[in-house]
Amino acid sequence: MSTVSEPVSLSAPRGADAGLTPKQLADKYGLAVSGRRPGLISYTKQLWARRHFIWAFATARLVAQYTDAKLGQLWQVVTPLLNCGVFYLVFGVILKSKDNFPEGTYIAWLCIGVFVFQFTQNAVQSGTRAIADNLGLIRALHFPRASLPIAFTVIQLQQLLISMVVLVVTVLAAGIAPGRTWLLVLPALFLQTLFNTGVSLVMARIGSKTSDISQLIPFVMRAWMFLSGVMFSIQDNIQHWPKYIQTLMAINPASVYMDLLRHAFAPVIYNKHLPAHQTLPPHQWAYGLAWGVGMFVVGYVFFWKAEEEYGRG
Amino acid sequence: MADTDLSKRDLVRDADVARQPTVVVDDVHIVYRVHGAGSGKGSATSAMSRIISRKRAAGVREVHAVKGISFTAYKGEAIGLIGSNGSGKSTMLAAIAGLLPTEKGGIYTNGQPSLLGVNAALMNELTGERNVILGCLAMGMTPAQVKARYQEIVDFSGINDKGDFISLPMRTYSSGMGARLRFSIAAAKTHDVLLIDEALATGDQAFQQRSKKRIDELRGSAGTVFLVSHDNNSIREVCERTIWIEAGELVMDGPTEEVVGRYERGERP
Repeated sequence: MSTVSEPVSLSAPRGADAGLTPKQLADKYGLAVSGRRPGLISYTKQLWARRHFIWAFATARLVAQYTDAKLGQLWQVVTPLLNCGVFYLVFGVILKSKDNFPEGTYIAWLCIGVFVFQFTQNAVQSGTRAIADNLGLIRALHFPRASLPIAFTVIQLQQLLISMVVLVVTVLAAGIAPGRTWLLVLPALFLQTLFNTGVSLVMARIGSKTSDISQLIPFVMRAWMFLSGVMFSIQDNIQHWPKYIQTLMAINPASVYMDLLRHAFAPVIYNKHLPAHQTLPPHQWAYGLAWGVGMFVVGYVFFWKAEEEYGRG
Repeated sequence: MADTDLSKRDLVRDADVARQPTVVVDDVHIVYRVHGAGSGKGSATSAMSRIISRKRAAGVREVHAVKGISFTAYKGEAIGLIGSNGSGKSTMLAAIAGLLPTEKGGIYTNGQPSLLGVNAALMNELTGERNVILGCLAMGMTPAQVKARYQEIVDFSGINDKGDFISLPMRTYSSGMGARLRFSIAAAKTHDVLLIDEALATGDQAFQQRSKKRIDELRGSAGTVFLVSHDNNSIREVCERTIWIEAGELVMDGPTEEVVGRYERGERP
């Protein structure tokens, strides 16, 4: 540890401190290790102090994203609507999925599913790149790194809220009147946002170490989309499958949040007295709560564990 | 060299005071890992053969940017870091700021050192106005503080001298205007330990005068200032102590006149 070897050293401690090693000197004056990971509680406090930055960063990104496009932020709504159109044609009309739904409600069911799933999909995708794409920012400024994946989830939430306007119009156009269940939209979205933030934090840490993962994500997300029954009803097709597979499908978080929001927006789809209807699997709110809170806590701690390493890239 | 050494020691013995250290850098090594540096990383056959032959990472190369540097900085010092391009000066600064993890050794600091620079937080598509707000928030200011400093920052940058440019996107700025706004945002906050990376050489004559003055003010309120620059004159003006780094190793650490003089003559001790 005796690094003071040169004869001329402005570094060497003087007076009473003469002869101390750098480590001893640092200890004596209570200097802290630069860039050390703070404890979980003080980390959370720091993060809370940066909430305005997170919000400003998210809003700025959202605005900047579409400055080149003439229609601007309208594309956030147009793209998923075009998707809905194609899905309606292929799955609803050609594959006759809409026959399993009460008259005219399939389009509402489909649109809710597409928008809700896209929220999770985008959160995962942008979370994966949150650290890797912002290394410059991480190497230049000090802030809790969790700000980035959280900001990207906030961006997706803002996009979803814009899409919600279109969604409400679609639901009304499908002949579904607003009711008390619409109040459930808020808690359902809140839980989904918690879940998405958690996933985004997990993916951000993985993506920061393994850049290959971003090549795999689009495939994983597409597989997840088809398995979650975004544009057709999975439960109608697996009724005679083993029980454990049905349970597994029912606790799939994407299905849980889609079911919760579909039920909130259009309870008529799940009306048992109609000849063609969907059944809401049991305990969906419990699953939604468990996934949301559980994933958020796991993701937050998992991300925080590597806090001091994100600058290395 | 021995003479100056002795005289300095005598001076110290006269004073015989222990100085308060603000930054202790103890035998620090920093290694960058660069992905995709290997040859033919993208081709499928090479990727396959890599998977078959070895398990991991032929495409990852390690760059040993800082190799065992030690020094201690004390309160009230302004220290220049000099060395040729790629010698590890900026890496050293980022490590002091705690932004780059060290491979080996330790960096101990008094409070949170801050790098003077917000370039990365700014977005070219946004207006100057929004960038001022975003940059200040990124540095950890509260919205109230941002509001209070906003006009000062804009006036200091001189962006609005020739019309209302602050409400235009930053991509429409000339490179000088952009640099001026970035410096103005970065310099709006005071710090305990301030790290400055080549910030002095931006803008026109009038702006350079203003920024030198601002850095002096920052120095006054900061405990210790580090300055990385290729402009030896600004090092001479600002710093009384200079550390010369070459290829990640500390070449010389001493009074500015001596170190910069030797650096200019290319005399390594």
